[in-house]
Amino acid sequence: MNHGPLIFLGILFTMALSWCGLVFAPQIQFGRQEVVNAKGQLYPPNRPGLAQQGKEVYRANGCQYCHSQQVQPKGLGADFQRGWGKRYSVAQDYLRDVPVMLGNLRIGPDLTNVGLRRPDDETHTNLVWHLQHLYSPQSTSPGSIMPPYPFLFEKRPVRHGQPASPDALPLTNQSRAEPGYEIVPTPAARALVAYLFSLQSETPLFEAPAPPEPGTGVDTNAPAAASTNVVGPASTSPPKP
Amino acid sequence: MSASPAASANRPPRQPAPSKAGGTDSSLSQIEASCRTPVLFFFTCGAGWLLWSLAFAFVASLKLHFPEFLADCPWLTYGRVRPAFLNMFLYGFASQVAFGVAIWLTCRLGRAPLVSPLGVICAGLFWNSGVKLGVYGILRGDSTGFLWLEMPRYAFLILFCSYALIGVLTLITFHQRRERELYVSLWYVVAAIFWFPWIYSAGNLMLVFWPVRGVVQVVVNTWFTSSLRELWLGSIGIAAIFYFLPKILERPLYSRYLALYSFWLVALFGSWGGIFIGAPLPKWIPAVSTMGSVLMVVPVIAVATNCYFTFGGQFQRLGKNPVLQFIVFGLVSYVLAGLLGALNALPPVSAILRFTCFQDALVILSLFGFFGMVMFGSIYYIVPHLTQQEWPSASLMKLHLWASASGILLFVASLIAGGIQQGLALNDPNLLFLDAMKTTLPYLAGCTLGVILLAVANVGFLCNLLWALTRYCRTVCPCAEQFASNRKPAITGVTR
Repeated sequence: MNHGPLIFLGILFTMALSWCGLVFAPQIQFGRQEVVNAKGQLYPPNRPGLAQQGKEVYRANGCQYCHSQQVQPKGLGADFQRGWGKRYSVAQDYLRDVPVMLGNLRIGPDLTNVGLRRPDDETHTNLVWHLQHLYSPQSTSPGSIMPPYPFLFEKRPVRHGQPASPDALPLTNQSRAEPGYEIVPTPAARALVAYLFSLQSETPLFEAPAPPEPGTGVDTNAPAAASTNVVGPASTSPPKP
Repeated sequence: MSASPAASANRPPRQPAPSKAGGTDSSLSQIEASCRTPVLFFFTCGAGWLLWSLAFAFVASLKLHFPEFLADCPWLTYGRVRPAFLNMFLYGFASQVAFGVAIWLTCRLGRAPLVSPLGVICAGLFWNSGVKLGVYGILRGDSTGFLWLEMPRYAFLILFCSYALIGVLTLITFHQRRERELYVSLWYVVAAIFWFPWIYSAGNLMLVFWPVRGVVQVVVNTWFTSSLRELWLGSIGIAAIFYFLPKILERPLYSRYLALYSFWLVALFGSWGGIFIGAPLPKWIPAVSTMGSVLMVVPVIAVATNCYFTFGGQFQRLGKNPVLQFIVFGLVSYVLAGLLGALNALPPVSAILRFTCFQDALVILSLFGFFGMVMFGSIYYIVPHLTQQEWPSASLMKLHLWASASGILLFVASLIAGGIQQGLALNDPNLLFLDAMKTTLPYLAGCTLGVILLAVANVGFLCNLLWALTRYCRTVCPCAEQFASNRKPAITGVTR
């Protein structure tokens, strides 16, 4: 039996089938999706330049192998209860990303909305928190298994009698540098934190409306007391990025 | 479907069931001579890359327990070591060994000498430099960020061009075959040779060179990983199983039609899986993907049935032949990976296991347990045929078998147990995230131990392979012969 041409056609056909199904059809359906106007603002917004650079740091160091960026819908996992998002993630959220780093593993917490959990504030408390966390995760989250990233920081000698640099990182007790030195975040570290601040996708969309405020009882058949109980741990426990 | 060995009389007389492939005629030795150097080259380089990839796997698994370990070096941070490990495995070891086995099967089953062995070796050298460059790129921070496609674009160009040469030369060899009848292994091999460039170029062009928009990238990436696993590595692995199992048992393959049936079903369903319910995609995509994973059970069972009846109850032969033991271990892993993969795709299960190391368990089971072990078995069969000498050390072979088998079992079992624990903990909203990870970590210690066992096994393998090669070189090289005659006692001790 020699069915060379037949086999060849079959090989091409079967491959073409999955290619059409999983590559071509999605491209046709939502490969040309556009930004939408949500509450008078374009969504998803363009990332600021520094955050864009931070995305490259995130990709180069493979953060996505431990941190996912997708909030699961209700009924799949405990993402809402953990405070990782108020609505599930949809295709629209990733429109401007290259590469899209959804992540397949949760060795670390989900980062879809880390920019909302720890937003950039006037006093830069969260900026400092993030930098400290990157320099020494154990110092801000005891028991964390995230590796430290000392190479995103510079260790500089402090001249005797001189004040420390204004950029120097205030360190906690566990991660104090040797005396006579200060730890200054590199531009890469600052960019990475800017990227983390830019991770926010809770804007209500047509396909992913915002959930009703807790207590209104529109969305659930459970008694109101039970539903607040479920939300309870997330709102009382401190947010973990 | 033909049922029993008696029915094989109905089949064409020139059934190229491997048991009939003649042993001593001169054409066969010519064929072996033509593909000897390229095939041995691919096997040796593959074995070398495997050790490197295991070293990186070891570092990555240690980092989960000691996050401060090697933390000062940006090149060795977890997020770079992990993709480096998998890329070295996929492109350094798996693909190269697949080239070797594909070339050997094409020459052997087609009874045709390899076209331009020198060209294949040159392409192989370029392939190796491409892998080196790609791994360098990942460690340097140039990773593309797409799973299994992390190698930067400059490495892709080298890899693709070298593959093009290897693939074309293998296809010309296939075209010039003297045995016109196609044994089923050859179907798989030829299909894989066509599929690989399609998968690899489509993945790279649509993600790295001209990236598609938004989450379409995720769909294309998942299509790429499933296709690479099931259609490229999977096809070569099954081709080897269908060739070596009947060959060693000296029995015809139970049913050619069942084998072709599984071939077409793997081709149809192989590349659909991997997207889970809950992904930020239109709902039909996860639904179709789940169906693909579940339907893969059918070809997996077809392969298992076919092999089971090929054995014909002679399971006692399993105890004597290490090649057979490797192949059967691979076969069992294939079936297990297929069944667990289908289970994993079901929404109630994936709701728990979706983001856990259970996913890694499936990858390790099919890459190491199935593909790796089948390839080791094939290498243990092929190399003595090419060098015309037995393996220098049977105990190293035994060490390789038992250490790999126990290493893989430990690795996969701890990932499965850890994954289930992690999934249950993650889904419990009353447990803080850090505490959820703390309950998972003890299970992952098994991975480190498994990687160490695998590394020990493969050091033994590489030593055995290099020993066989140097011994072979001594017998063929005239100057080495003289050298050998001067030191006769030592040499006879080695060669037995």
